Amino acid sequence: MTVYILRRLWQMIPTMLGVIILIFFLFNWVGGDPAYILAGKISSPEIIANIRRQLGTDQPYYVQLWIFIKQVITFNFGVSWSTGESVAQVILTRIGPSLTILIPLTILQTLISVALALVVAVKRGTLTDRVVMIACTVGMSISILVYIILFQYWFAYKWSIFPVQGWGDNLGINLFHYSLLPILIMLVVSIAPCLRLYRTFILDEIHQDYVRTARAKGVGEQRILWVHVLRNAAIPIITDVMSNLPTLLVSAFLIENFFGIPGIGREVILAVERSDFPVIKAVTVYVAFATMIFNLLTDLLYSAVDPRVQLK
Amino acid sequence: MSTLSTTPASLAHTASVRSHSLWALAWRRLRADRVAMLSLAVVVAFLIMLLLSATGVIAKHWNDDVGVNYAPPTLIGPDTEDDVAASQAAAAKDTTPIDYYGVTDPLAADMTAIHTELAKSSVEKTRVRQTTLPFGADKWGRDIIQKTIKGSETSITVGLVAALLSVILGTLLGAVSGYFGGWIDDALNWFYSIFTSIPYLLLILAVAAVLQQKGILSIVLILSLTGWTGTYRLIRAEYMKHKAREYVLAADAIGASHMRKMFVHIFPNVSHVALVQMSLMVVNFIKSEVILSFLGFGVPIGVVSWGSMLNEAKNELILGHWWQMMAASVAMAVLVTAFSLFTDALRDALDPKLKS
Repeated sequence: MTVYILRRLWQMIPTMLGVIILIFFLFNWVGGDPAYILAGKISSPEIIANIRRQLGTDQPYYVQLWIFIKQVITFNFGVSWSTGESVAQVILTRIGPSLTILIPLTILQTLISVALALVVAVKRGTLTDRVVMIACTVGMSISILVYIILFQYWFAYKWSIFPVQGWGDNLGINLFHYSLLPILIMLVVSIAPCLRLYRTFILDEIHQDYVRTARAKGVGEQRILWVHVLRNAAIPIITDVMSNLPTLLVSAFLIENFFGIPGIGREVILAVERSDFPVIKAVTVYVAFATMIFNLLTDLLYSAVDPRVQLK
Repeated sequence: MSTLSTTPASLAHTASVRSHSLWALAWRRLRADRVAMLSLAVVVAFLIMLLLSATGVIAKHWNDDVGVNYAPPTLIGPDTEDDVAASQAAAAKDTTPIDYYGVTDPLAADMTAIHTELAKSSVEKTRVRQTTLPFGADKWGRDIIQKTIKGSETSITVGLVAALLSVILGTLLGAVSGYFGGWIDDALNWFYSIFTSIPYLLLILAVAAVLQQKGILSIVLILSLTGWTGTYRLIRAEYMKHKAREYVLAADAIGASHMRKMFVHIFPNVSHVALVQMSLMVVNFIKSEVILSFLGFGVPIGVVSWGSMLNEAKNELILGHWWQMMAASVAMAVLVTAFSLFTDALRDALDPKLKS
């Protein structure tokens, strides 16, 4: 096990290096000279040269790349170009609000979609199944923007059931007051695709021999479904949930933007608007790293769920 | 060549001896599917609308202010007298002379020159602006129906072109990688793992941050350069499978070049994978374009797309002007639903093995 984990970590290094080079290429080569952005409208050659020296962009490319690698390893990206806050500080303070939304969301979304998928899969081919599937397809084709705008307008602005937007200092208020509507919207948006996907995973299992065997020996239908089938369908479901986690961190940006939640996603949007390159670079590199770690965790979870899986 | 994937049994019960190509068989299966044909009709209708609008036959004058600001849909009827009176009062207020506190206006001469110039040239000013339009008007009094048609043109074009480019890129890389294997495969796989370890939207935003100029071309490039990974993986697997088949060995024996084997012999047999990927991509890219344009990183000012319409509509909704929001959302939902249903049917028709 330890050997397996160490080897997987070792294999991450080339990919991580690739991510760093890609980001470096994008921001240092395609992006042009950042000194002109930083110096603003009124600048002189001395100011530009000074900024270049501070950023290290007057150095050859390999030296700059090495500076960037050192920044990634030491978690020291300097300060944000627009607010002057340290980038490490920005990331650390924005992660909390993001997780306040994402953890309950992921748990609820998985539980609800798995339960619905099991129910729908049993009724395969019936009218219920077809209606649910068509509703999912139609629901998925409406833009997430429309859901957010309409839900915020009706539930918060018109009917005042939820706050329109805002964020507090303590976890209780954030979780049970401000997060409710964002989580509800994300659930509405994310359940349709999950349900469709999990239904096919469960349909793959429901006609297997072991289900027939369980029925033959007199196991109840409910137990077959929730214990036998679910345990076998768990592997693809876990893969889907785990691989979506780092993506969710960023794709929640629309929700965070609309509801004024100071999370990672909103920070990325702000950074793109202000051309705040250090923040975007740092978030991209660390989210990529998180994705790789989550892939490893997924594989480790496999062996916990399915004893047949051998980690080699 | 492409009849390889049809079984003798399926050929036997057709009356003619002539062998049917994969595409003919798929088309026959597709035609039997009512949902597929209906959604295909919707997609084709949108494409015809796109062509007409791109060639200027319809919605050419979408930018004209034919109605009053926020003119409501005809069904609802014009704004009440109070609203009209209020807006007239507001307009009247604008023309009251400004107190300059004894300072002469330095721009007065220029302004009168501009005004006389405008009065000479603006014939359009005399046109009566309608109080209602079939589906309402936006902030500047532009007809929502024409604006939606123009917005659909932009969004669908971006989706189609970006999907085509990303599928071409994914297919080329996947073909090279799967066909040659070895170090080329390792290198491209490394590339693939880099692109997949960065979440798609984050990569799009990072590229949008770097490419400072906005425009249709840059949004197409952003989407296609970040969206090739799915196609790459599938096409690579197909090429690895096909490269050892007899027909490729036979082509090798008669001295076909690598390029010929890859694109003349193997590609027709895996092209259905590329087609299904492309139609999946179109839907994804339309959704991404809408989000990017909504955030202001997408289409430039002066170009209308579903995303920029939703962006305007967000603020109009609070004022009670729901029609632009409704038009953009419904147009998008109808097209994307039809396209997704058609893609599902296309996949089933091209790969009947999956359905069982």
